[in-house]
Amino acid sequence: MSLAATDPIIRADRLSRDFRNLKGERIEAIGEVSFDVPRGAFISIVGPSGCGKSTLLRIVAGLLAPRGGDIFLQGKPVTGPSREIGMIFQSPVLLPWRTVLANVMLPAQVLKLPPSQYEQRAHDLLRLVGLSGFEDSYPHELSGGMAQRAAIVRALVHDPAILLADEPFGALDAMTREQMNTEFQRIWMESGKTILFVTHSIAEAVFLSDIVLVLSGRPSRVLDVVEVDFPRARDIDVMGTDRFGDYTKRIRARFAATSAVEL
Amino acid sequence: MIGRLATIASFVVGLLLWEFAIRYFHVPVYVVPPPSGIALALYRGLDAHLTDIGGYYYHFGVTAYESLLGLAIGAVLGIALGAIISQVAFFERTLLPWILAFMAVPKIALAPIFVVWFGIGLTSKIVMVVTITFFPVLINAIAGFRAASPDQIELMRSCSASSWQIFRIVKLPSALPYIFAGLNLAAILSILGALVGEFIGAQSGLGSLIVQMNNNLDMRGVFSVLVLLSAFGLGLHYLLGWFRSKFLFWSPDERNITGL
Ligand SMILES: Nc1ncnc2c1ncn2[C@@H]1O[C@H](COP(=O)(O)OP(=O)(O)OP(=O)(O)O)[C@@H](O)[C@H]1O
Ligand SMILES: [Mg+2]
Repeated sequence: MSLAATDPIIRADRLSRDFRNLKGERIEAIGEVSFDVPRGAFISIVGPSGCGKSTLLRIVAGLLAPRGGDIFLQGKPVTGPSREIGMIFQSPVLLPWRTVLANVMLPAQVLKLPPSQYEQRAHDLLRLVGLSGFEDSYPHELSGGMAQRAAIVRALVHDPAILLADEPFGALDAMTREQMNTEFQRIWMESGKTILFVTHSIAEAVFLSDIVLVLSGRPSRVLDVVEVDFPRARDIDVMGTDRFGDYTKRIRARFAATSAVEL
Repeated sequence: MIGRLATIASFVVGLLLWEFAIRYFHVPVYVVPPPSGIALALYRGLDAHLTDIGGYYYHFGVTAYESLLGLAIGAVLGIALGAIISQVAFFERTLLPWILAFMAVPKIALAPIFVVWFGIGLTSKIVMVVTITFFPVLINAIAGFRAASPDQIELMRSCSASSWQIFRIVKLPSALPYIFAGLNLAAILSILGALVGEFIGAQSGLGSLIVQMNNNLDMRGVFSVLVLLSAFGLGLHYLLGWFRSKFLFWSPDERNITGL
């Protein structure tokens, strides 16, 4: 199964990737994965642990070369990291010796963008995520949720077209996580970015996404492409509806069917 | 407050015990001098004019100059070479074996050679201090540059950072706690290096003063110089501690360190 769009902002065409483990054995992480991401879409990737989701994001980010297949950003083949990408990791990865402002300015600094203009942007974004007043704080003074908000601002500061997020809320407690989900949806709607979002939580994927890409276990393939058509902005209450339940059941059933075959 | 009083009290009691033990057992002053004698010698030594050739200030200045300059050169060399070795695999493969081989040499054994090569002036002492301080800084710097978090490096790479940017923005600050640990060790060794150099052959410096006083059986004088040296060592330690707290306020280790 695949997801095809005209003029996609990201096109992954029959990507594959293997690794050697310490014993020198070949591990096929990504079997063959193809998908297109339409401009401005929110796409989630779910799949069993170790199926190559992080690897897939690193390939899209230009941090890792695929073994086979092609990856295109805005029609051009990916040869290395691009300034059109902002990344959010599972942990905030803030530099402890830098203030929050200096941390979120990092991509602008690395890309040598005009500081005054982008500092203004950083301040605006910090306000958007509710971190105004913490510009001069240091990371150890922030809570987990606040640190992850700062990481989101950092991914947005240089105004990339695409956000890649690798289980960004995985380390947060359930309540903070729900709150971050609603906030993240709002940030996405206000920024107009394209988002590729990896998560372990099927509910989170359905709640946030236009499209959920369901991957199989290693070596991964695309098992299903689920289009979620709840209107925006979605309220957290949507999670209680029957249709929401239908989506999550469908995805769970996919996992159950394949793992029975593969195990 | 109570803790500080206890520290002072223990010092006072200790010195009094020392003083009375020496008087009670009639220990000759040329074997172990009493604290009062040491204090007197220290007072006489420090009573000289700042610029008096041969006075305590002059000898202290010479030793401090040798150890601080040597420490600075050794530290800069150690950090620079550590950076090069950790950044460029070629240099790691070609230079590191040499360094490990040289590190195994007891550096103090080189002091007589340095006197032959560089004379009995200040140069041979400074070279000695550089040699002895270089290794701990280098080894710690290499460990520090390698200790940079892979996540932080991946973050930098995802922003299209050059390897120089990764070095400057992530690796250098990450290495600082290690470099400071190396500097602490090197600071103590720097005084040791200067003294050893002066013992082998010198006309000035606290080391030469000790040799001279020892020959005259002036134990009070020798001990008063030891007091001076210990004060210098402590001063250096606190100076480094001050820099540490300025540069490493963000480090979890730093925030846990109390006192000393
Ligand atoms: N640099 C690497 N060297 C060797 N093996 C690797 C490397 N990176 C990933 N792998 C292997 O590739 C497979 C996929 O890893 P990846 O981290 O992409 O999985 P994931 O889907 O993100 O898992 P999780 O959901 O647990 O985060 C795993 O079996 C992993 O051990
Ligand atoms: Mg992962």
